[in-house]
Amino acid sequence: MGLTIVEKILLRASMQKSLGDFVYTKVDFCFGNDITAPLAVKEFCKVGFDSVFDTKKIGFICDHFLPARDLKAANNVKVLQSFARQYRIKNFFDINRCGVEHIFLLEQALVRPGCLVVGADSHTCTLGAIGAAAFGVGSTDLAVAMKEGKCWFKVPRTLKFIYKGKLKKWVGGKDLILHTIGTIGVDGALYKVMEFGGPLVKTLGMDDRLTMTNMAVEAGAKTGVVEPDAVTFSYLKKITHNALRVTDAMKRLKSDKDAVYEQVIEIDVTKLEPVVSCPHLPSNTKPVSALAGVKIDQVVIGSCTNGRITDLRIAAAILKGKKVKKGLRVVVLPATPQISLQAEKEGLMRVFVEAGCMVCPPTCGPCLGGHMGILDKGEVALATTNRNFVGRMGHPESFVYLSSPAVAASSALKGRITHPEEIN
Amino acid sequence: MILKGKAHIFGNNINTDDIIAAKYLDSQDEKFLGSKCMENIQPDFVKKVTPGDIIVAGNNFGSGSSREHAPVSIKGCGVTAVIASSFARIFFRNAINRGLPILEIRETADIAQNDMLEIDLSKGIIKNLTKGREYRAQSFPVFLQDIVKAQGLTSWVKLKEGKRNEGAKD
Repeated sequence: MGLTIVEKILLRASMQKSLGDFVYTKVDFCFGNDITAPLAVKEFCKVGFDSVFDTKKIGFICDHFLPARDLKAANNVKVLQSFARQYRIKNFFDINRCGVEHIFLLEQALVRPGCLVVGADSHTCTLGAIGAAAFGVGSTDLAVAMKEGKCWFKVPRTLKFIYKGKLKKWVGGKDLILHTIGTIGVDGALYKVMEFGGPLVKTLGMDDRLTMTNMAVEAGAKTGVVEPDAVTFSYLKKITHNALRVTDAMKRLKSDKDAVYEQVIEIDVTKLEPVVSCPHLPSNTKPVSALAGVKIDQVVIGSCTNGRITDLRIAAAILKGKKVKKGLRVVVLPATPQISLQAEKEGLMRVFVEAGCMVCPPTCGPCLGGHMGILDKGEVALATTNRNFVGRMGHPESFVYLSSPAVAASSALKGRITHPEEIN
Repeated sequence: MILKGKAHIFGNNINTDDIIAAKYLDSQDEKFLGSKCMENIQPDFVKKVTPGDIIVAGNNFGSGSSREHAPVSIKGCGVTAVIASSFARIFFRNAINRGLPILEIRETADIAQNDMLEIDLSKGIIKNLTKGREYRAQSFPVFLQDIVKAQGLTSWVKLKEGKRNEGAKD
């Protein structure tokens, strides 16, 4: 009986002959951020743990409320900094060298294809796009992983998604994943792995694939995964400046032909239009044309979902030489300093500023209502982020729509939800 | 262990932003987080809770972010257990790891606001004292039962560590 990628990684890490229902297994890397890791540190100290399993395999990435939005946020960074010093943890990243964790970790070559990684952040599943088994966990899990280098897992079943047909112009990874979540629902993949495959996924660039695995958790999934291929390896070499060495084991990492899937779901995308998720669930999807005219107060372009260079290029191409609608606020957040620098080199930053956008430092910021773009009562945002729950970006009576960067940038020009073909 | 309290009813897909809004995540204080529990969707929820009360919800309770502040907040406001038709996976593991009792039953719609419930945790039996009915929760696999018995993951690890050390002495 064949195995899926994630099963192979779990089997390798757990050093067992076969997988049962549960494994308590070694992890290759564990990490948390400035809101989840302080709780892990508190638990670690409270129970009297006094050592860490490996000083190089633990990461603290300060990205949520940074640059410190207030005293508490500043104190949380200090807690992590002093813990990292005490235990000689190498990978502590403050804002002098940091970015949105799930992208930053890839640039630092800390997560590689074939890795078993746990992160105290639900969007850890993003990392599955490179062929890692990446699971979001909690703070107590992180405390134990830091101490023991281990984590418990229920061995998941896998749903395979095969996308067929040709994508229309203006349709990409974000539309595919929103459409998929709209089809299966916010608990459609509960406890399961979503493996994205088929000929269409092979043609997608990594930035699109990362958007898809990023939102697997929005369908309740344990993680999302894509088989690594030549596209993966050349992307990783580029963003790590060749720090990542591609091994034969990475190249061989594929699901077996006779792997057992709980279900194989085929999705024909030929007729798919750009998709928008309406308040207050990511599964509440509609084609963009059905929402034409919905007025917006703010646009957010960025986050672990859509803050990569391809996303910024798409948005800038639409905004170039134009002005955002008067009275509308547009916030752009490149996901990492490296992406900011690349955007600067390509002249995208200038495009954003000239169009009337505010370009912010790399942070999770407004995506979770942290800072840098909080919504007031009754305000409506269109965001390239991942969640549109009640109060997600601020006031409990504010509204968040989710879309691709192309729809977000087009809508920024009109002040209402707009199909990109209306602009171009 | 027997828990007894009145039921507070919630619907499907209650997410962790509902349970505790992200703006409060810079705190790790159980009492403070408890005082903000469910603020976005039921601003007066905390005032209605008597210590020992029980949350009853539909499908996919605790969806969304990985914030363990969610089970911490639920415990902090005085709620002693959550019953739902299903749980989102990270909330599920956080509750187990934190020692917050959670129970899965199909008949959540049978329970009404303020029904008095009695939970026998070791047997997984929930008595609805108001309606005179009984529900049986799905039992946890042995692996998870051990963590629950230890009252959380870190104590489970400490127990294992203790056993290892004892073994080393022999």
